[in-house]
Amino acid sequence: MSKAPDKDELTGIDTTGHDWDGITELDNPLPRWWLYMFYASIVIAILGWIWYPSWPIWVGEWTYSKGIAGFSKRAEVTAELQRVAEGREVYYQQIREQPLEAVINDPQLLRISMAGGAAAFGDNCAACHGSGAQGFVGFPNLNDDAWLWGGTLSDIYQTLQHGIRWEADYETRLSVMQGYLADQILTRNEVSDVVDYVLSFHDQAEDEAAVARGQVTFEQICSACHGADAKGMKELGAPNLTDAIWLYGGDRATIYETVANGRAGVMPAWAGRLDDATIKQLAIYVHSLGGGQDEAN
Amino acid sequence: MAKFTHKTIEKNSILLLVLTLVVVSIGGLVEIVPLFWIKSTIEKVEGIRPYTPLELAGRNIYIREGCYNCHSQMIRSLRSEVDRYGHYSLAAESMYDHPFQWGSKRTGPDLARLGNKYSDEWHQLHMADPRSVVPESVMPGYPFLARTPLDVEIIEAVLETHALVGVPYDAQMIAHAKADLVAQLQPFGDLDGLYERYGEGIAVRDFDGNPRLISELDALIAYMQMLGTLVDFNVYKAQEADNER
Amino acid sequence: MSATKPALPGGLPLLAWGVIIALGAGALLWIFIAMYALDTPMRVHALLFAAAFIAGIALIGDRAGRSAGPPVGYNDVIVKYGVVASIFWGVVGFLVGVVIAFQLAFPALNFDTSFLNFGRMRPLHTSAVIFAFGGNVLIATSFWVVQRTSRARLAGDIAPWFVFWGYQLFIVIAATGYLMGVTQSKEYAEPEWYADIWLTIVWVTYLLVFLATLAKRQEPHIYVANWFYLAFIVTIAMLHLGNNISIPISLFSSKSVQLFSGTQDALIQWWYGHNAVGFFLTAGFLGIMYYFIPKRAERPVFSYRLSIIHFWALIFLYIWAGPHHLHYTALPLWAQTLGATFSIMLWMPSWGGMLNGLLTLKGAWDKLRTDPVIRMLVVSVAFYGMSTFEGPVMSMHWVNGLSHYTDWTIGHVHSGALGWVGFVSFGAIYCMAPAVFGVRQLYSLVLVEWHFWVATFGILLYITAMWVSGIMQGLMWRAYDDLGFLQFSFVQTVEAMHPYYIIRGMGGVLFLIGALIMAYNVYMTAKGRVRGNEAIEPERALAQPAE
Ligand code: HEC
Ligand code: HEC
Ligand code: HEC
Ligand code: HEM
Ligand code: HEM
Ligand SMILES: [Ca+2]
Ligand SMILES: [Ca+2]
Ligand SMILES: [Cu+2]
Repeated sequence: MSKAPDKDELTGIDTTGHDWDGITELDNPLPRWWLYMFYASIVIAILGWIWYPSWPIWVGEWTYSKGIAGFSKRAEVTAELQRVAEGREVYYQQIREQPLEAVINDPQLLRISMAGGAAAFGDNCAACHGSGAQGFVGFPNLNDDAWLWGGTLSDIYQTLQHGIRWEADYETRLSVMQGYLADQILTRNEVSDVVDYVLSFHDQAEDEAAVARGQVTFEQICSACHGADAKGMKELGAPNLTDAIWLYGGDRATIYETVANGRAGVMPAWAGRLDDATIKQLAIYVHSLGGGQDEAN
Repeated sequence: MAKFTHKTIEKNSILLLVLTLVVVSIGGLVEIVPLFWIKSTIEKVEGIRPYTPLELAGRNIYIREGCYNCHSQMIRSLRSEVDRYGHYSLAAESMYDHPFQWGSKRTGPDLARLGNKYSDEWHQLHMADPRSVVPESVMPGYPFLARTPLDVEIIEAVLETHALVGVPYDAQMIAHAKADLVAQLQPFGDLDGLYERYGEGIAVRDFDGNPRLISELDALIAYMQMLGTLVDFNVYKAQEADNER
Repeated sequence: MSATKPALPGGLPLLAWGVIIALGAGALLWIFIAMYALDTPMRVHALLFAAAFIAGIALIGDRAGRSAGPPVGYNDVIVKYGVVASIFWGVVGFLVGVVIAFQLAFPALNFDTSFLNFGRMRPLHTSAVIFAFGGNVLIATSFWVVQRTSRARLAGDIAPWFVFWGYQLFIVIAATGYLMGVTQSKEYAEPEWYADIWLTIVWVTYLLVFLATLAKRQEPHIYVANWFYLAFIVTIAMLHLGNNISIPISLFSSKSVQLFSGTQDALIQWWYGHNAVGFFLTAGFLGIMYYFIPKRAERPVFSYRLSIIHFWALIFLYIWAGPHHLHYTALPLWAQTLGATFSIMLWMPSWGGMLNGLLTLKGAWDKLRTDPVIRMLVVSVAFYGMSTFEGPVMSMHWVNGLSHYTDWTIGHVHSGALGWVGFVSFGAIYCMAPAVFGVRQLYSLVLVEWHFWVATFGILLYITAMWVSGIMQGLMWRAYDDLGFLQFSFVQTVEAMHPYYIIRGMGGVLFLIGALIMAYNVYMTAKGRVRGNEAIEPERALAQPAE
């Protein structure tokens, strides 16, 4: 229904003379500000192309225009990381080279280590040991003074570097709590008896005769690792069975399960993944959480 | 005949269609096609290998469950990302990813360098019930993965199709796909063929803690434990001109 | 005119027989696939396809039996179906949105199941709202608009119905597939190879129906709304084909392997993903705006010249902007620069559409007060303006470094999706509903008013919660203490999101309630009812096609 341009009564502007289902169009010009902003955005874009790498080009082979700034996001972040690393190097060098004992006696290094350790802990360790280092079943609490593998700075550092039962690391801490029923070393009754013996440290044993029988087995087999007094042995990562701290649980059923089927918790090795200074900071941080022991013994 | 104005286009639906197609084709052509031709698009690095059959099966579980809806696999070149997750991701690291899994939303953390960060046991617990190990987590639990047998019958076809789109799986690899998948779960089995085809570096063990079943969880954990472990960044030359961009 | 076409036994035209034979052969193929399917989803889908094809044959037969003479007037029956489907899928999509929103606040809602977990439900949500809701709105409105602005009946008899039902079938296949774990993991293109092929067939038919209707037009000029619809249909076809090239591992498996990999696949994905936004959620819905705003306001479009310039600039520039989804990634920087700069140039062409929509109201602003439907349409354009300003800002590296991967993106998405796409669709549905049900007016404008306010409040809750949580998340991820160590662990940022996820969820509930109010309103309208004491509108002559 094309017709001669009409005037819109309300605005006094010409229409284009078309009509679609009653819809007409005004012949307004482009809004000035709109047009100028559009031009401005084009200018900005062109400046961007000049400054940064942008257009694919052919110069005998396919490549791209590099931009006059020779700019690279990767170079930028590499430089930034280097700057940060250089700024820290005075301290990091000392952390790397001095013994851990010396590091914690230097207030400035200690402060840095505590902050760095806490930061690394949150994204690397908290998944297993909890954001408060409180641990979960099978993942030890790091706040208490019960240690599987020792709670001195150097013990912890060693644990962190090489992990526990982390097969990819040749120096990892090894030792196994076998499954004594599963491996057919003990019978059901013998396992049950030795569990009674362990429970007797906590005054939870019910059957005196079983405890006595269990004690024999314990002394024959278990004491090799857990010690004759059942107080554990750090060299073998064997926990103290007489305290109230349990890695897997101290009720009858859980202990039975432990002895019958064995346990072998795995902790990853961090050397290689985290740099040495960070691992040391973590060791200092973990040591400070409450259970840290002195190097003396 | 009047001169060519917009009215000409407006009056001819086919012309309008053709011009529209031309106009919308340009941008894509200019941006995408050179990506295949410019040599520096994918960095030259050592260590990148195709996924083992088990890892590839795990990757397909990852895709099926839609993990990309919450997890990125792309560490950006920003200081805070490198500090948190490790070296920024390279294009080469996903060159055999059909399709890519970079993701667009981080409801959970980036997984590009997840490999060897946690133990298999942790993954078993975490996948069954994330809140049992990370109380703050909002990730869904996937307890069914541990009890669902992995479909190992299709793995040969999966490898074969990957070979078709350019992943360097050779005839040997395809023929032994199923055997290699099973072998990677049995540390005391015959591993020579597996190592020969995929290198000594691959991890061989029962990943889900249940040697009696080849489960979907076996495959998924095998995949997760290799993410981001292929490139040795002690050797990689980040500052070489072609690698900077 | 169909009287002149050659007819075969049963009074069916040749083409109909062709379709029946094709469907029959297809059904057999699907039954064959079902028999040898390698996985359960494939078997389920094959049977679904076969059943749908057989139902299709029955429908065609039934239609032939009932048809009496050549059809007259506009084909509004199909628009009616489209309106109902839009409302249905809208409610489903918003409901799933609400569920996944609360899953992020209360993960127990994943119920530890395979098919209801977040990773599978999120694509269900995005596809349900974009393709099922948005797609049906686009099909319905484009059929409505192209007929009226061409003064011609929709081309084809079976073809439009094939488009409609074929599209619903695609949606059902896609949605059930996600729940069963069938996905290509390419955002907004998750359906697997066989669904993709099916969509291609449906989509090409859609393009042909649209083009053929334009070709029949009685108006010398093609109206601007149709430029946008056409650009939307043809570009989506191109994008769909480009991003979904994959090879099935077997004809009998639901699993396929993508042709491209890594960096190239990433760019192709976001060439697709960004332009799914640009052409599905923008160009198509601009088509809606260009018809329904001037029509409802009874005012001329503000500027013809602006229409031309912003149309061509928009469709040209949009295509380039995809790399802004890949800033700081392993995509080469040169491509990122192009993505960022073209996004900035895209700002004004986008606002050109907004201006043409808003300024059409010039001289008639009072209608905003009196007509809640117009208000909905106009507010949608305002949201469009807002998200197309926010988008270019987020495309700049230094902003994207903060916003990428965070809830800020989610906030941006939903100011566009709820505010623009949602509201302009609701407005169009309210405009079409009385006519497609053959009644004089809506059941209730007061309920439209309620819909408007409840949904607006919902949107505000949603997007403000996401801006706050998104920016907070971004800042926490990069926060350093004074010694230069990261200040927060990742899980601390997860914890911090919790309250905002609850607020977002409540915003979603309000938006959903709004949609339910609309569903009720349209239902009552369909029954021909007018709510007590609402003004009776004067009779409006319904336009008729030329023939
Ligand atoms: C994949 C889970 C996991 C991660 C991650 C993890 N650990 Fe452990 N960690 C364990 C397990 C399991 C044990 C106990 C091993 C055992 O049963 O002997 C352990 C033991 C330890 C011990 C020894 C405790 C003792 O009593 O001797 C220390 C110290 C420790 N972890 C610190 C850390 C630190 C620091 C980090 C982060 C850098 C970390 N862990 C990361 C699982 C993990
Ligand atoms: C070869 C060394 C070794 C022997 C022998 C051994 N254990 Fe253990 N035991 C360990 C180690 C190492 C652990 C810690 C396992 C871990 O960290 O995952 C452990 C853990 C345990 C625990 C779990 C403690 C907790 O906190 O949950 C119990 C109970 C236990 N052993 C009892 C026994 C009994 C009873 C026997 C004898 C039948 C025995 N062990 C023999 C090495 C041994
Ligand atoms: C609803 C979102 C969501 C989905 C879906 C999801 N995750 Fe997570 N994921 C999280 C969150 C949040 C965390 C951080 C808290 C935690 O460790 O559980 C996380 C953490 C993880 C981690 C630990 C990463 C690290 O470095 O600490 C792994 C591994 C993981 N997810 C794997 C997966 C896999 C595999 C899938 C799919 C099968 C998946 N996730 C699906 C949200 C999700
Ligand atoms: C009741 C209303 C809605 C609610 C509650 C809702 C909720 C959600 C949630 C929770 C997510 C996931 C966010 C995340 O992963 O963190 C999401 C994603 C998304 N939604 Fe919605 N949504 C709603 C409506 C819509 C509508 C109407 C549309 C489109 C028309 C839409 C489009 C999208 C898109 C595209 C995404 C993916 C965003 C991305 O990947 O960045 N939503 N929605
Ligand atoms: C000029 C217009 C626009 C530009 C330049 C733009 C730009 C952007 C940017 C930079 C992102 C974030 C990418 C990232 O960091 O991951 C984004 C995401 C998104 N935008 Fe826009 N936007 C525009 C308009 C719109 C409109 C109108 C809508 C919706 C109707 C929309 C929907 C989306 C969606 C769905 C995403 C999420 C994609 C994903 O990650 O899954 N955008 N946009
Ligand atoms: Ca197994
Ligand atoms: Ca697809
Ligand atoms: Cu975009």
